[in-house]
Amino acid sequence: MRLDRPDTQGRFAQFGGQFAPETLMPALEELEAEFTKAWADPSFHAELDSLLRDFVGRPTPVYRAARLSAQYGIELYLKREDLAHTGAHKINNTMGQALLTKRMGKSRVIAETGAGQHGVATATACALLGQECVVYMGEKDIERQALNVHRMRMLGTEVRPVTSGAGTLKDAVSAAMRDWVATVDGTHYIIGSVVGPHPFPWMVRELQKVIGEELQTQMDGSAPEHPKPDVIVACVGGGSNAMGIFYPYVGSDIDLVGIEAAGYGLDSGQHGASLVAGSPGVIHGSMTYLLQDDQGQILEAHSISAGLDYPGVGPEHAYFKDAALVRYESVTDEEALEAVHLLASTEGIIPALESAHGLAWITKEARSLRGKVVVLNLSGRGDKDVEQIVEHS
Amino acid sequence: MSEKLAELFRRCRDEKRSALLPYMTAGLPTPADSVSLFTTMAEAGADGFEVGIPYADPLMDGPVIQAAGERALSAGSGVEVGLDILRAVVESTGKPAVVMTYVNPVLRMGVESFADRVAAAGGSGVIIADLPVDEAGEFAGAFRSRGLGLVLFVAPTTTDARLKRVLAAEPPFVYGIADLGVTGARAAASTHIAALVARVRQQSEVPVVAGVGISTPEQAQAAASVADGVIVGTALVRRVIDAADTVAAADSLRTAVESFAAVMRRN
Repeated sequence: MRLDRPDTQGRFAQFGGQFAPETLMPALEELEAEFTKAWADPSFHAELDSLLRDFVGRPTPVYRAARLSAQYGIELYLKREDLAHTGAHKINNTMGQALLTKRMGKSRVIAETGAGQHGVATATACALLGQECVVYMGEKDIERQALNVHRMRMLGTEVRPVTSGAGTLKDAVSAAMRDWVATVDGTHYIIGSVVGPHPFPWMVRELQKVIGEELQTQMDGSAPEHPKPDVIVACVGGGSNAMGIFYPYVGSDIDLVGIEAAGYGLDSGQHGASLVAGSPGVIHGSMTYLLQDDQGQILEAHSISAGLDYPGVGPEHAYFKDAALVRYESVTDEEALEAVHLLASTEGIIPALESAHGLAWITKEARSLRGKVVVLNLSGRGDKDVEQIVEHS
Repeated sequence: MSEKLAELFRRCRDEKRSALLPYMTAGLPTPADSVSLFTTMAEAGADGFEVGIPYADPLMDGPVIQAAGERALSAGSGVEVGLDILRAVVESTGKPAVVMTYVNPVLRMGVESFADRVAAAGGSGVIIADLPVDEAGEFAGAFRSRGLGLVLFVAPTTTDARLKRVLAAEPPFVYGIADLGVTGARAAASTHIAALVARVRQQSEVPVVAGVGISTPEQAQAAASVADGVIVGTALVRRVIDAADTVAAADSLRTAVESFAAVMRRN
């Protein structure tokens, strides 16, 4: 059963919670109270909705991918989050949290980023609202997503390289949390996915569910060109785009499929498939599925896609998995790369490597999906990945 | 046993001094040489220890303890080795020792099994950096039933309502976070600790141990003048990381711990 809100402990059944240092707990309590108030306040929604419409460009279109549909014998639709301002769904969350930051009277924002899309979206919201912004980014990701680093700097954000661990998203989240422990009085941490201690997973889901709500209107079965979906597919790293498009449909008869990064293959041990191949534990303040060794040390993830290169996943996804409300599958780096080229050459759209994981799964499953209406959440555009894709070709 | 810890705080109160409780990552510089560093610190005047289980993602720790953890892990340390070291430290020094860890290794082993192991090793209690009172129930119960205490934190940001909940959980001592931010050196002494101790004292006689950001004898003296105990971590761990070998590490630690032990007495 879908839960409107986690319980009073911030749990979705056994998952979620608040495994955070005491220093942060008062800020988490304040955040929950402030977001609850804001989310019930029509004036907050009015301000956010007008920004989402006029600044972000929502609603994003749903596009019927005619050539791929014909090729696969399915009805393939793309929810075009790549057309949102800054090029990904991440901005839905950052606009909301930046407005909340203003409402809480805080003037400084910190964020983590993997692929750089959340960093750019945070930098954009902060530029718009005149907030100071610092983004933590692993040094490996700074290298492979250089374009987004330049964009953040142009937007007036300070990008701080993170050298600990493998220099990827996990380390960036840890670094942002350490900053927050020291600066919590005047700083808000705009976390980029449905991860972290309560209330973040719930709050980010509420801010992202606009994707699925729009889809419900756009594909309501009212006309042959607006059929109801049979299957909805989205990639899952932390899981915010998947949560955004799935949530309004959870518990319905529509098949929801989340695609994780299998990296070099699940057997290689080098992947980011926490739900498919991980086990329950605590990472970044939340009980969820994660990649860990037998002594409870968190393992490094691997994915060609920086946004999916994360050893944990949002706790509500963990709940969906155990309750069998959503199915989780995985595809490899290689399959995702092929899907990028496929969409570019067939439909004229270069997708982000993250989103290409969803298309790769649809390609693999085309036979079993035959005749069905399939919606892929095209969560981001691939400009940031072009250099990396060329290197791998 | 947490009784050993209670006895230490009683004795220190009688002697009008604060207890010196150094933190050291278990398995530094190597698992084999780790225990000798604790015995050196005991000889130099440490009253008890925080035995740190190295962890790959320590959210409450600054760069020095992060680096120490990575080094100890690659030398083969972890929760299993850490608990073996705990046992050896308690046996060889006779001092009370608490385990300092993050929550995931405890969950992975199982809370009950972990509690069994700490009790069997002769540990006095457990500090879990990412376990606030809100999530502590199951852990505190498992530890208490084995005579172990679960230490809880009070930070400068802790509200009165939260403080009440922390004290109601009856920790063996309260870890008073002397400064916002992660573990590591600070230029100045804490301006928070006196107020924090006073807030606890208004409601409870539970010992308050100050930690985070205490890296010089001056800072330790300021904390010792108000708190029941003082935790020094980064300043000591750094000496081990920087030392050429175990002998040099022990010499350096001895000097440092002596300088901290010398300022524990209240004026």
